[in-house]
Amino acid sequence: MTEAGTNSGAYAPGQHPDLPPPKGSAGAAGWMRGNLFSSPFNTAVTILAAILLYELITSIAGWFVLDAVIDAGSKADCRQAGSGACWAVIKIRINQFTFGFYPADERWRPILAFVLMFAALAPLLFDKTPFRRQMIWFAVAYPFIAGWLIYGGFGLVIVDTQSYGGFMLTLIIGITGIAASLPIGILLALGRQSRLFSIRIICVSLIEFLRGVPLITLLFVASTMLNYFMPPGTSFNLLVRVLIMVTIFASAYIAEVVRGGLQAIPRGQYEAADAMGFTYWKTTRLITLPQALKISIPGIVNTFIALYKDTTLVVIIGLLDPLGIGRAVLADAKWNGLSTETYLFVALFFFFSCFAMSRYSLYLEKRLHTGH
Amino acid sequence: MTGPATLQPAYSWSRIWREEKSRGVVIQIMVVLIFFATIAWLIGNVTANFAALDKTFGFKFLWQLPANYDINQVLIDYNSQYSHLRAALVGLINTFLVAVVGIVLATILGFTVGTLRLSNNWLVARLAYVYIETIRNVPVLLHILLWHGIIINTLPHPRRALNVGDATFLSNRGLYVPCPLFEDGFGWVAIAFAAALIGAILYHRRAHRIQMETGHQVHSVLIGLAIVIGVTLLAFLAAGSPIGFELPALRGFNFQGGINLLPEFVALTWALSIYTSAFIAENVRGGILAVNKGQTEAAQSLGLRPGKVLSLVVLPQALRVIIPPLTSQYLNLTKNSSLAIAIGYMDLVATLGGITLMQTGREIESMMLVMLVYLLISLLISSFMNWYNNRVRLVER
Amino acid sequence: MKATILSILGAVVAMTMAVSASAGTLDDVRKRGHLQCGVNTGLPGFAAPDDKGVWRGFDIDYCRAVAAAVFGDASKLKFTHLTGKTRFTALRSREIDLLSRNTTWTFSRDVDLQLTFVGVNYYDGQGFMIPKKLGVNSAKKLDGASICIQTGTTTELNLSDFFRTNGMKYQPVPIETNAEARTNYLAERCDVYTTDASGLAATRAALDKPGDHVVLPEIVSKEPLGPLVRHGDDQWADIARWTLNAMVAAEEMGITSKNAKAMAKGTKNPEINRLLGKEKLQGREALGLSADWALNVISQVGNYGEVFEANLGPKTALGLQRGNNAQWKNGGLLYAPPFR
Repeated sequence: MTEAGTNSGAYAPGQHPDLPPPKGSAGAAGWMRGNLFSSPFNTAVTILAAILLYELITSIAGWFVLDAVIDAGSKADCRQAGSGACWAVIKIRINQFTFGFYPADERWRPILAFVLMFAALAPLLFDKTPFRRQMIWFAVAYPFIAGWLIYGGFGLVIVDTQSYGGFMLTLIIGITGIAASLPIGILLALGRQSRLFSIRIICVSLIEFLRGVPLITLLFVASTMLNYFMPPGTSFNLLVRVLIMVTIFASAYIAEVVRGGLQAIPRGQYEAADAMGFTYWKTTRLITLPQALKISIPGIVNTFIALYKDTTLVVIIGLLDPLGIGRAVLADAKWNGLSTETYLFVALFFFFSCFAMSRYSLYLEKRLHTGH
Repeated sequence: MTGPATLQPAYSWSRIWREEKSRGVVIQIMVVLIFFATIAWLIGNVTANFAALDKTFGFKFLWQLPANYDINQVLIDYNSQYSHLRAALVGLINTFLVAVVGIVLATILGFTVGTLRLSNNWLVARLAYVYIETIRNVPVLLHILLWHGIIINTLPHPRRALNVGDATFLSNRGLYVPCPLFEDGFGWVAIAFAAALIGAILYHRRAHRIQMETGHQVHSVLIGLAIVIGVTLLAFLAAGSPIGFELPALRGFNFQGGINLLPEFVALTWALSIYTSAFIAENVRGGILAVNKGQTEAAQSLGLRPGKVLSLVVLPQALRVIIPPLTSQYLNLTKNSSLAIAIGYMDLVATLGGITLMQTGREIESMMLVMLVYLLISLLISSFMNWYNNRVRLVER
Repeated sequence: MKATILSILGAVVAMTMAVSASAGTLDDVRKRGHLQCGVNTGLPGFAAPDDKGVWRGFDIDYCRAVAAAVFGDASKLKFTHLTGKTRFTALRSREIDLLSRNTTWTFSRDVDLQLTFVGVNYYDGQGFMIPKKLGVNSAKKLDGASICIQTGTTTELNLSDFFRTNGMKYQPVPIETNAEARTNYLAERCDVYTTDASGLAATRAALDKPGDHVVLPEIVSKEPLGPLVRHGDDQWADIARWTLNAMVAAEEMGITSKNAKAMAKGTKNPEINRLLGKEKLQGREALGLSADWALNVISQVGNYGEVFEANLGPKTALGLQRGNNAQWKNGGLLYAPPFR
């Protein structure tokens, strides 16, 4: 920008060759100067943060990896072998942490269902997937296939839902809840925006009720009291009940996200659709909903992440999710007291899966942003 | 459902359906009917099931004496001879305590980390990023269990408690701090404090008016602070230091006396605070980024220092964006406090929805009350935040 | 979207159990094809999973016995794991057919909570466990202690009474399960752990160094533990009651899982013959059970003594003596009514 002043006519305007950047403002040194040591205060902060980081990394690495014990028969063995974490407890029970009490011979079924899930998700998540159109049909059929694979029947041995557990259970609850709450949430959001008074009132009160109470109270009702609300003699599978409650709970949150999207649509869109003589459903299906959903996708993904994390609450009503397995393991005389290892292991699992999802949400946000 | 059609035979079904207004009415009637039919069906089932079990429905159990169980953290007078209602109240107050302390802590932490996340120091910004991502991608229940485990497993037994000046003790039974005892004459100190506070506020207003009219700046905040502290201190000394402290001391198994912050309380509040702070930090970041860069640049060109730029220009505008999601974070924290039962903190769910429910066998009544209370809390918080939101919006003009 | 809804409906239909008309519990159980039994979330000796994930224990064996009586197959059984807090709600709302979770028989539970205790399978009492190094030898010296206690249990109420009547103070540390209690106790979050003496023995046995911990001599309450069912279905209550009695009587008569089949062919003792189905047991048909129901119970699960020895007895980690739970002939309290 200072070019105009320095150049004395040797070059035509705009023809001056680029000068090298001032010394120390480019390269690693320049970057560090700009971002880490730009002022004495900044330098002090950087050094302080670096020390903190170093302390943190060394102590964590020591406990996690260097001093950790992977092979041991009991907690006592662990403590003799090393001063760090005792991962043996995880190693011995890894199958329970993954599958719960799912029979060992049938474990290929959930694994297959898990692998197929990526095939089903690919066309929905990434628009560059080959054969996208055909793959979408597979995605539609996937819930049936997965349900059949995991539960059994039609030639497969039936595996009772009581034996589901571990990360498998987390995924089952999380994914079913995610898939089922979206349509219900959209309907609730539309109802809340409806011109019909009574529908609006009902939807608003449903949404506000579900958002107002903690999930744990709903789960508690589902697990121990639902039978009071059913005709005498009805019996419902506990997992199904939890799935239903989780779905309803999440759909209220989805509804609020979608409502935000609907509200962001300019009035002109509705008016234009009305002027074209579109019916309500046609307007919704073709004009408002696609736009609203597009705006609210990041919010929806965040709701999904929240739901996925909330699946851990099922441990309080006695389902054997990873935390439940962890507690059962801690009740074992041999492994008592290794709560930090157990909980951290589960935490790591959640961290990686949620982090991946939030990265995906960011990717979507960016992709949708460039569209405008 | 065929009501409207039979009432007005002049209209055919298709006609009613085609006309928008009447169709709306028909749809509404149908929806309302289905809705109430469902509710009636549920209530009918409950009645039938209760009849089969010889159960009755009612809330008399709340007054039933005695509740017969003890609670480890009581902020109001309570022992096992009080009623279940009293026990529920104790639980509710404990819930409030966690919620309020958690919200304050989470807000402070969240705003700090959110601003650090935008620091121009790369390392600090990265550290804040790692903090946010690590914290928010792990379920809150795990946070609670982990912190509880860490507190009770790594802090020492009371006999080896960390001792700060023989007055404050930290052990795996929690934190014991001295309990202030107010003696005669403390009322005067309180009155002096209140008077000084009012004076300082009036002074601040006047200074503000003068600044608005003439542009003269007076450091009214510092002077006001000096007034409040000075006057209170003078009154305190004049009244003969009317305050004493009950120091906690190790007697028998535990420390006795003083104020005890239970490890369950600390773990729960801390876990909820840091979990929520990660979300608040993201909201704060988003809010600050939403403020036009031109605003910052304009403020800088006016010669405002970076701190002033943030506090006078950026944050007030960012708050408008931050507050709606902040509300839902506060609500989440309050609702998440119900996970207290996982570590045995006696909140509302643990007292009314737990022990009382079990001992009296009033499942539906207890759970209904618990849900109702949470609904009320939610509505209260969201209406307060709406009010605040409107106020902030008015400033915008 | 439509497809998703449909698929969910499909999944729900596939995984939901059939809705059956309300009938007696026995019919419901038969129709369902398995017994739904409520048990502990993990208490060594009573109900706990082994390394292979199979649940074993004293309470589990009683569930197996009822399954054997109803189906002739002790494995037609599913468990619902319940905390002290959720157990009665689950039973009353028909989540489970039977609760076998070291539950104390009290007046208010029987009458006010409308539950039917079918008998006592373990005579217990509440005790206190404390680390030896604290040097306490009596529960009366526990003033000011922090005490770990399972919520929703009778021990919680007894504890409150005990300390009030002795003019002492304590700090309750409420926990949900035995596993949590042990974690808290080991971390010295609480000085004392109180629960039924059998539970204390189980917990103590599972500690690293059981010798470092003592169970105080005071037993502050009577805790008759037993299985229970809902009020209002006498047939089902009878099945549960007489299954338990059959196990106790079998031990008294010397019938074991090994000799039961041989004895079923006929013995000189008419009561044995009636129990094992060789002679007519008046009213058995009304109970809706097959003639060999007791034989199935004893041959597949064992008599009371066998179950006790396998799960709680001196050869197990718990190392409990029979004590009050010996047969009446041996000075205990077990006394099965006659099979006549």
